[in-house]
Amino acid sequence: MLALLTDYTVQTVILGALLLGLTSGALGSFAVLRQQSLLGDALSHAALPGIALGFLVAGSRSLPALLAGALITAVAAALTITLLLRRSRLKSDAAIGISLSLYFAVGVVLLSYVQGSAGAGQAGLESFLFGQAAAMLRSDLVVMSVLALASLALLLALWKEFEVTSFDPVFAASIGLPVVLLDAVMTAMIALAVVLGLQMVGVVLMSAMIVAPAVAARQWTDRLDSMTILAALLAALSGVVGALISATARGLSTGPLIVLALTVITLVSLAFAPKRGWIASSLARRRARRNLHEHQVLDILQGLALRHDDAAYLSEEGMVDSALGVRARTTLQQLERQGLVERDSHRPEEGPHWRLTAEGREAQGNALHSGGKA
Amino acid sequence: MADVFASIPFTIIATGALVGVAASLLGTFLVLRRSSLTTDAIGHAIVLGIVLVWLATGATSGPVQLLGAAAAGVATVLLADALTRTKSVRTDAAIGLVFPALFSIGVVLLNVFARSVHIDAHTVLLGEIGFIWLDTVSIAGLQVPDALLWIFVVTILNLVFVTVFFKELELSTFDPALATAFGLAPAALGVGLLVLTSVTAVASFDAVGVVLFVAFAIVPPSAAYLISDRLSHILGISSAIAVASSVSGYGLAVAMDVSIGGMMAVMTGVFLTLAFLLSPRYGLVAQELRRRADLVLGENRALAVHLCQHEDDPNAGEENVLTALQTHLRWEDNKARKVVARCVDGGWILRDGSRLVLTDMGRAAAIEILQPSK
Repeated sequence: MLALLTDYTVQTVILGALLLGLTSGALGSFAVLRQQSLLGDALSHAALPGIALGFLVAGSRSLPALLAGALITAVAAALTITLLLRRSRLKSDAAIGISLSLYFAVGVVLLSYVQGSAGAGQAGLESFLFGQAAAMLRSDLVVMSVLALASLALLLALWKEFEVTSFDPVFAASIGLPVVLLDAVMTAMIALAVVLGLQMVGVVLMSAMIVAPAVAARQWTDRLDSMTILAALLAALSGVVGALISATARGLSTGPLIVLALTVITLVSLAFAPKRGWIASSLARRRARRNLHEHQVLDILQGLALRHDDAAYLSEEGMVDSALGVRARTTLQQLERQGLVERDSHRPEEGPHWRLTAEGREAQGNALHSGGKA
Repeated sequence: MADVFASIPFTIIATGALVGVAASLLGTFLVLRRSSLTTDAIGHAIVLGIVLVWLATGATSGPVQLLGAAAAGVATVLLADALTRTKSVRTDAAIGLVFPALFSIGVVLLNVFARSVHIDAHTVLLGEIGFIWLDTVSIAGLQVPDALLWIFVVTILNLVFVTVFFKELELSTFDPALATAFGLAPAALGVGLLVLTSVTAVASFDAVGVVLFVAFAIVPPSAAYLISDRLSHILGISSAIAVASSVSGYGLAVAMDVSIGGMMAVMTGVFLTLAFLLSPRYGLVAQELRRRADLVLGENRALAVHLCQHEDDPNAGEENVLTALQTHLRWEDNKARKVVARCVDGGWILRDGSRLVLTDMGRAAAIEILQPSK
């Protein structure tokens, strides 16, 4: 394991995964918050023609050229979506799907053109489809760090503005913020985050790197700042895990492995997070239902007692059942444990009977609801 | 006739056209129901289904493969729905979460079994429509490509579905509430649509892969939707676009020696662009012409109203002259001259020396504005 960590390639891959995770996790938080999850999908598919164009222009597989091309076509795709939404009757789902598939199709055509014409040197462009961490060079890391740091610094510098615009664009406009410009900058930054991950995760799965960390982080916190930090950390973690697995085994694409690591983290978050998690919220629901039933049963017993003008009136359990609408036995037993009701055992042949204890009557008296409606 | 299936170009074009027709028959409804992106989710998810069915049965095509893999597509959408219903995740994020996960599992399995599987990760994305003639079955003495046979069967299936349930689909697409009130079970129709979309995606898979399927399924219907308002026309136009894209895409791809499937998808985009620009009712050009016509009509009316209001004025001689328009309507000299010339040509006013006099037609136009009730 230690030998693995000191391996030159592996170090490069880990650093790359860290940079990628931090950027996509942080910016993904905003994408998810603004309900633009699927925009990331369109942007990442749209990067493909840019990669091929970058290659054709630069004449070699130079990362800055490829990424610049990818960024340009990704932003063009975002503009196409906006144009279709503003000037045609198509809705956002169709506009996103159209951009996604058509830009990708152009990319496929360009890629096949590059393969047919360029000969040597074009090898490796296809690794951008699913990502290939092992193909990463140290020099690539420099490019990635510059881009990652630039976008994170911009995010930090304009934090308040982005926060306000994302949560309440109308309010943001009313206090004089340039909402349209901020939206455009945010979209460009999401495009940048997508582009950063292309080498490692690939165009097809990069959208998951935008969406999943944010969804996972959202489960643990209600604050945007902690959510953004957590998303960045979770994305970086799954990036490193996925990249390591792919670096150790031959022939495994990196992208799918990172996405799978991320999926596990997201599922765990969805299930186990306190408060919002599935388990926590289903427990909370059960507790609420139990509480409600306890109050209802106390009301029912009190009501029956009032009606019979007998504070110690013994109510038949079947009557409580039908008044409550479900079997009341469990609730009655819980109340009995709390000392609020008691069971009468004198006439077992008539089935169990219940009444409020003195404590129970006091509790009912203190409660706001007066009973007597049963 | 017997030689037709031996002609490689014919089989390729026919397969492309049928993929387009089959997909856009269903895509029309998906676009109108604003769920275009289910094609993206389904397209990716069936990869897992295809790999699993292949691992379990060894089948690479045929009904088992069609239905088995399609189940994965349906499962994705249902899973995303279930995830949305837990309220931990919004719809867009749920889709963006589920299909990359399933797709990743599929790709990792492909990587692991890469040596023995009939498809590699690359074909998964792009398909190999150029090589479909390699696998053929013999029907009535004819060698028909597998892919062509199955997409033909699925096209017929979709055609029957859309024809038989046309009214139900139409109503549940445009007014789901009314459809429910009529007892039409729009949810069941939605599931039917989903199952057929998955089956179509699987049948198209060998030819066009997962991403280009999105283009075939939603771009022709979107283009048709920009041209027509009638459901039957939209279905017809999008099928025609699909066929035209297949034919022209094949020709261009062969001429330029690039990816055939990619070029066919790009051609659907060309037709969409044409519809977006030139559609008689909703196209950009038509929008612009309408805007200009409105502007012209507004200016003509303003002039007519001005003349009409000063007609019986004692100083009509000063008001109803060209120079007065500059001060009263704040029109520049150029513009005033242009509008006057236009109204003279249009028969709204006459020149009486320097005075401008309304004709009956011009007066009628002014009164229409001034007293709309008459």
